[in-house]
Amino acid sequence: MKYLHLIWAALFRRKGRTFLTLVSIITAFLLFGLLDAVRVGFDQAGKSANGAQRLQTGSKLSFIQLLPMSLQGRIGQIDGVKDVAFANWFGGAYQKPENQVFSFAVSPNYLDVYPEMEVSAEHRRAFAETKNGALVGEGLARKFGWKVGDQVPMQSTIFPDRNGSQNWPFKIVGLIHVADRKSGAWYDQMFLLNWKYFDDTTPWNQGQVGWYVTRVKDVNQADRVLKAIDEISANSDHETRTQTEAAAMSSWMKQVADINLIVTSIMGAVFFTLLLLAGNTMMQAVRERTGEIAVLKTLGFSGESVLSMVLAESVLLLLIGGAVGLLLASVIGPAVSAGSGGALNLPAAGAASWMTGIGLALLFGLAVGALPAVRAMRVNITDALAGRA
Amino acid sequence: MKFLKNFGLILLLVLVLVAWVLMPWQGALAAAVLLAAWMFLFRSGMQTRSVAAVGISTLTQRLGSSAVIVVGIAGVVGVLVALLAMAEGYAQTLRNSGSLDTAIVMRGASANEVSSSLSREDIVQIEQAPGVARNAKGEPILSAETVVAANLPIKGGNADESGSAQVRGISEAAFAVRPNAKIIEGRTFQPGLREIVVGKGAVRQFEGLKVGATLKLGNQPWTIVGIFASGDAMESELWADANVVNDAYKRGSGRNSATVKLENAAAIKAFSEALENNPQLKVKASTTLDFFAKQSEQMTKVLRIIGIVVGSIMAVGAVFGALNTMFAAVAARAREIATLRAIGFRGLPVVIAVMLETTLLALVGGLIGGGIAWLVFNGFEASTMAAGSVGKLSFNLAVSPQLLWEGIKWALAIGFVGGLFPAVRAASLPVTTALREA
Repeated sequence: MKYLHLIWAALFRRKGRTFLTLVSIITAFLLFGLLDAVRVGFDQAGKSANGAQRLQTGSKLSFIQLLPMSLQGRIGQIDGVKDVAFANWFGGAYQKPENQVFSFAVSPNYLDVYPEMEVSAEHRRAFAETKNGALVGEGLARKFGWKVGDQVPMQSTIFPDRNGSQNWPFKIVGLIHVADRKSGAWYDQMFLLNWKYFDDTTPWNQGQVGWYVTRVKDVNQADRVLKAIDEISANSDHETRTQTEAAAMSSWMKQVADINLIVTSIMGAVFFTLLLLAGNTMMQAVRERTGEIAVLKTLGFSGESVLSMVLAESVLLLLIGGAVGLLLASVIGPAVSAGSGGALNLPAAGAASWMTGIGLALLFGLAVGALPAVRAMRVNITDALAGRA
Repeated sequence: MKFLKNFGLILLLVLVLVAWVLMPWQGALAAAVLLAAWMFLFRSGMQTRSVAAVGISTLTQRLGSSAVIVVGIAGVVGVLVALLAMAEGYAQTLRNSGSLDTAIVMRGASANEVSSSLSREDIVQIEQAPGVARNAKGEPILSAETVVAANLPIKGGNADESGSAQVRGISEAAFAVRPNAKIIEGRTFQPGLREIVVGKGAVRQFEGLKVGATLKLGNQPWTIVGIFASGDAMESELWADANVVNDAYKRGSGRNSATVKLENAAAIKAFSEALENNPQLKVKASTTLDFFAKQSEQMTKVLRIIGIVVGSIMAVGAVFGALNTMFAAVAARAREIATLRAIGFRGLPVVIAVMLETTLLALVGGLIGGGIAWLVFNGFEASTMAAGSVGKLSFNLAVSPQLLWEGIKWALAIGFVGGLFPAVRAASLPVTTALREA
């Protein structure tokens, strides 16, 4: 520790070079921070405490197959079940078909299963009492400039009403507030309508349900309940497949893309070049200081202490770059999310990303410094001072 | 004064980069030819040549630091090309699925096939519309199709893991409206039976899809009788007789969409107008090329943006790596450059020579990066939940010559930025101090 000022002085001996190297390191760790946050975001989907209590039941055949209404009562009788809600995909779009909105037709108790979505008692009452009422996420309302009380026409890309028109009028009766933005960012974009209104209006649904969401009393009972739910309709013509919310989400994400593989490959390429670059800088730094190192040794510094000083220098270089890069990622990620109006969700690099990042910086610092450090340790005083090395 | 110079330099940099981004390859070629001509025909050009020759011949002595530029740029180009190849492969697969002389008809306002529906009567009306091609027997060539999804076990996943596959119930004419699709193993299904043919892409993704195997769809057992290939999005699907599929999925007599063969590409106008003006129909027709292009548009755009953002961040890192190396190289050669200046070499040849050296390294890096991306990722199998479909789409990454050229362009741009400032420093160092200090 007492040599810190020496190491520091060595590191900034050539400010230009150190600065240029640092910028390269910073960009590498910035990219790492951003990509790792995306990866973690995908990984964590559905893994919240509330999510662990929820089971999703859909048709075993395919996700577009519907289930009979009667299951609600039967699932509700299973021991350990707290609430059973259900929903249908509505396929709503605002103004033009490309403006797709996450819109579900939901049962009256849907909000009970999703405590993440906070709706005031007054808004909830209005939703229950207004036939064509809709609850919208605050983020979605901001995006389209909606206010409570607005009449909004929605276009269903799937369901016509009884006259064959696909334009559905809604009245916005309340807003959904999401307190925990980290695990529930997408509830902020939600559009909920009354299932009853949906079922009454379209001739296509006829009392069927898209999927059930079951909330269990005790997370440890989830597995047993899950099996019991699927047993109800085993060997019927509407067999179900029940998964925990986390499992359902992760299998869905996996179908979209293998994020892990993509992130790992990109970071592999980035860090490989980084190692070379920082290694080259350290090599240069030690080479041009051969004389100084010889002086240090003459003053009585042992080979080992010279070795550890060079190692410390390279670790410090990587740590500074890594920390600044991760810090930038933590600032830029949320800024981009905010700027995109929720269309893009880049969470700030979390504790796990920071740990991995700092760990990598340490590791790379040691790897990069090893060769120059050994070279510095082996500097021969007489040769170096005579200018022969 | 110094401020003005730096400002001018940055302005020049921005202008050159903008021009470079917009430049087609012919322009780049012309610029290279002009540069070569200048180097061989003019006095200052010849000076540049000799300065550059010295720099390049000593590259081997600075292997480590030169490698920083080469590998740094190779990394950027490799990652960029691989990510863009994903976008390209995806777009190509969907583009290949469409053609100008076939049209797809769906209920108006439907964004995709699954959410559309056509009744028996609709289909009869569509068949009679003008512009529909007819076969030898005089029947309209139209395939009215049902699109549903099926959960199938994923290859290489846990026993419990399933993915979604798109199942298409087709009419007899389906192979006629999609000439790309050919049975490559086994035979096609017999109408009326629970037999199914599976696409090559689906075979790649899902477990147990073999000729002769049994598959459970809509709660009933189906026999796989053949495998088909089409080289486009269709081969990620499973095809069976539409009537049987409708039965199994309790769909009545309705269908999701109709694909028709048109007499020729020009017939689309008359065809779609006739459908729109028919008061009994609420449908919309578009060429399949249009339809699939629209489906791929959003996703391709997102993938391209991801590629360019990641590439840009990496490029910043590579630029600074190159700056570092070139500043060091120029510093090491300060005395030599000062000597040249002292014996009458002008500043410009020195600037150009240093830039040439960086550009050369960048070019090598770009070629290596592009080459690796091409070797590893061209044809690499990927899959995703495609927009507008209910099944996984399998596609191959495509490293096209355009993408490689795009990668080289990035490499040269990085080299240019990384070389410019060191080059200017080299030329503007006062001769006397350089000679004394170095």
